Amino acid sequence: MKAIVLIFASMLFLQTAVANDAAPLADDPVTEQRLITISEEMRCLVCQNESLAGSRSDLANDLRREIRTLIKEGKSDEQIRTFMVERYGDFVLYRPPVKPITWLLWIGPFVILGIGIAFLLSYLRRRNTLVSSKILSEEDNQKIDALLNTLGKNQRDGMNG
Amino acid sequence: MKAKFLIPLILFVILVGFLAIGLSRDPHEVPSPLINKAAPTFEIPQLAQASQTFSPASMKGQVWILNVWASWCVACREEHPVLVDLAKSGQAPLIGLDYKDKREDALVMLERQGNPYVLSAFDADGRVGIDYGVYGVPETYVIDQTGIIRFKHIGPLTQQILNQKIYPLLTELKKS
Repeated sequence: MKAIVLIFASMLFLQTAVANDAAPLADDPVTEQRLITISEEMRCLVCQNESLAGSRSDLANDLRREIRTLIKEGKSDEQIRTFMVERYGDFVLYRPPVKPITWLLWIGPFVILGIGIAFLLSYLRRRNTLVSSKILSEEDNQKIDALLNTLGKNQRDGMNG
Repeated sequence: MKAKFLIPLILFVILVGFLAIGLSRDPHEVPSPLINKAAPTFEIPQLAQASQTFSPASMKGQVWILNVWASWCVACREEHPVLVDLAKSGQAPLIGLDYKDKREDALVMLERQGNPYVLSAFDADGRVGIDYGVYGVPETYVIDQTGIIRFKHIGPLTQQILNQKIYPLLTELKKS
């Protein structure tokens, strides 16, 4: 038991050690935190599948430096986003703003979902009318009863045997 | 409806159409928000004469071309002969922006491959590049008489781009 506790305790220490390694830039932790929050929402233009926060490309480094300067100048998050969009376009944002050119992007999936639901409903309605339109005659009912009876008997026989 | 069985085929063809268009486009070519906006101002030292500065304001009144390059950039070397042709054509002054480079390396490259530029501005820390939205050297901008960016090309210029896009645009801009 003691050994297990020791292992867990050492794992805790391991984690803090890693955490300290990962944040070498923290001469000002508040700035760094804001830098990370802002740049995680931005695309690195050199390696487009990486965020600006995670990229090691030269340009990403420069842009992080630039954002850091802007933060120190007391610019708001919105102002920093505008700074980036003015230079690199909406493409730099992972969450593009809602405006006429991005309407299709934002609303398109819901429109397709709506069309799908409409198709499904009309199909179900058609199928329901097909099924319920057939009214069983007395003869049919007797046939069904007979079938169910033999089925029930067979099952009982099966259980006994 | 007889042709009902064709619906999946038609949908498939539409899908293939979209995928084909998607494949033939270059995702690295991000449309620049700077087109038809004023070229950002700056004043930085020149490459050859460090004591003198260059500012886009000094180009007011003429159509000119700004080419972002660097000696460490392989695609720039590929592009270089095209730039020499462009300079020879005398259609518009070509200004270089030497981006995040070492001064001696850049000068050696110009000496070896020829210097198509009227002059090059020396952007040591890439600060001007950021203002121009540079993300992949080489990049080329066409700027008009009033200092407005009219065209941007990302990646190396080719003779084809010169003939099809840049020369016609220069002629058109010079008319106004």
